[in-house]
Amino acid sequence: MSGIRRPKSRIWRPSTDLVLCWIGLLTLLGLTVTLSYQPLASFNFPVAMTIAAIKAGLVAAIFMELRHRSGVVCAFAAAGFFWLAILLWLGLMDFLTRV
Amino acid sequence: MTEKNYLTDDYRLVSWFTTTDHKRIAILYFATLIVFFFIGGAAATLIRLELATPGPDVVSADTYNRLFTMHGIIMVWFFLIPSIPNTLGNFIVPLMIGARDLAFPRLNLASWYLFVLGGCITLYAIFMGGVDTGWTLYTPFSTLYSNSYVSVAVTGIFIAGFSSILTGLNFIVTIHKLRAPGLTWYRLPLFIWTLYATSVILVLATPVLAITLVLLAMERLFGVGIFDPRIGGDPLLFQHLFWFYSHPAVYIMILPGMGVVNELIACYARKKIFGYKFVAWASLAIAAAGFLVWGHHMFVSGQSLTASLVFSFMSFIVAVPSAIKVFNWTATLHKGTIRFDAPMLYALAFVGLFTIGGLTGLFLACLAFDVYATDTYFVIAHFHYIMVGGMVTAYFGGLHYWWPKITGRMYPEYWARGAAILIFFGFNLTFFPQFILGAEGMPRRYHVYAPEFQVWNVLSSGGASILAVAYLLPMFYLGFSLFFGARAPANPWGATGLEWRTSSPPPRLNFDQQPVVTEDPYDYAHAPEPQHV
Ligand code: HEM
Ligand SMILES: [Cu+2]
Repeated sequence: MSGIRRPKSRIWRPSTDLVLCWIGLLTLLGLTVTLSYQPLASFNFPVAMTIAAIKAGLVAAIFMELRHRSGVVCAFAAAGFFWLAILLWLGLMDFLTRV
Repeated sequence: MTEKNYLTDDYRLVSWFTTTDHKRIAILYFATLIVFFFIGGAAATLIRLELATPGPDVVSADTYNRLFTMHGIIMVWFFLIPSIPNTLGNFIVPLMIGARDLAFPRLNLASWYLFVLGGCITLYAIFMGGVDTGWTLYTPFSTLYSNSYVSVAVTGIFIAGFSSILTGLNFIVTIHKLRAPGLTWYRLPLFIWTLYATSVILVLATPVLAITLVLLAMERLFGVGIFDPRIGGDPLLFQHLFWFYSHPAVYIMILPGMGVVNELIACYARKKIFGYKFVAWASLAIAAAGFLVWGHHMFVSGQSLTASLVFSFMSFIVAVPSAIKVFNWTATLHKGTIRFDAPMLYALAFVGLFTIGGLTGLFLACLAFDVYATDTYFVIAHFHYIMVGGMVTAYFGGLHYWWPKITGRMYPEYWARGAAILIFFGFNLTFFPQFILGAEGMPRRYHVYAPEFQVWNVLSSGGASILAVAYLLPMFYLGFSLFFGARAPANPWGATGLEWRTSSPPPRLNFDQQPVVTEDPYDYAHAPEPQHV
């Protein structure tokens, strides 16, 4: 299996992948904060959401190790997002169509 | 007899409380659930006692609120949701698929401890004075006004939810990974398919309940504005989140029962299940479509009309896979060699009662009718036909069917048939009048009612006392059979399925040799003859 390699030595060192990913997440966080103060008019929301989606993708792929996993596991992970989408879709259907 | 089995493997008490054997954990769950069933049942008894007369004579209005809340919370989260999955499922799943245990035996034990912890916390809330919000915990009452132990009870439910998630996870991985050689997906007994679908719901829906309960507690304890419009919340958000979990949860409370009934009908009609693949996929279809309909609980809540229309339409769609199952069971019975043993009586009762419950669900899914029937006894009758008439009946059916496997003893057949018939009779006498009461407009959740409703209420309370006796009977004769019942052979019913290929009760690791599967499921044309008639 293409699993994660465990370090041979006794001294524990954080994996570079995780550290890089973490730095990436922090950068994106900084970007979110900065951009939220920019007057982009109606673009603020989609921009924030796009960055959030990228963050979620990074967490799923790297911290949750989905990039090393087989189809079934990814299908289950996708199902989780799909279910969340249902909640938002049908839930918003009420909020957005109230009179 | 001298051979060791999972029961005689180690007699010490500590070996039970530290066991990782799925069979023993099933029995731990079973014992725990009996306790909760009695507590929930005691509340129901008091409710029916109060409703025997129109006036307020047994309890006060406030106590009555606490009684039906306690009844609902206990029966839903501490009895019905874990009922078949955690007892029969825990015991039978590894046996049915030819495995030595579930994939994560220690997680299984952890799930039982979490369940007990959650149960104790909820019981603490109840004995401190209880909760008066109804099991649905609607805001703003639960967050702003209720002076009862909402936060404590919610903590208990929250913890029990994790036990559900762990069980679901365990079943999913087990069914994917631990099937015996040759046991392909389409050779799996349908009980496994339904438990798989149930587990998917447990894993996907329960976290939403957990989050909702946390939000509820945050608002109640710290005034964080989530549901209260004065501080920026939306009161309907609670209902959306709650029913996003709780409508799928009602399928957690029926799918395992459907699974048991598949096994029973095939065995006692001695036929292959008609349309196996349709029945198998119908379970997953129910699990998936069940997530699209929650808004049918909110037709009168102020939800937008567009949303109501869509949810109403979707609710009709969920009925399709349920109907597929009912038709396929009837088709299986057609030209079968039917034997009316006790488990079969329960299975037949299930099919009829589930159908009534499901069809009245469709009535309620019609917008116009629901505006009239919502919050009346019609709704109460609807869901009790499914949850009690369906699921509890299936639970008893499965318990009798697998009793010889679990305990190694035969139960007394004629007593069991008598109890099954009495349960059917008592159940209908209790709940059929509630359809009529609801249609006549009697609201739910009041401790007094208009005098013209009394006749049906007296019938219902009378039925409830018969039902109570009928539910107690198995305690006695099953208890008796534990000590005096005949020894069970490995396969008393001449059933197919791997669980019948090992001794009764099974050895600690289930099978002396790894079983290999070479035939289709429910191959009753080639099954051994029943040994016990
Ligand atoms: C055939 C599919 C079903 C349909 C279309 C359906 C429809 C409905 C509708 C529309 C309501 C709301 C009534 C109201 O409050 O005015 C309702 C309530 C309810 N149903 Fe069903 N139902 C179905 C199956 C089930 C099943 C399988 C169960 C349980 C195992 C169940 C349990 C409940 C419960 C517990 C409530 C009441 C919740 C409460 O307000 O306390 N239903 N159903
Ligand atoms: Cu529902």
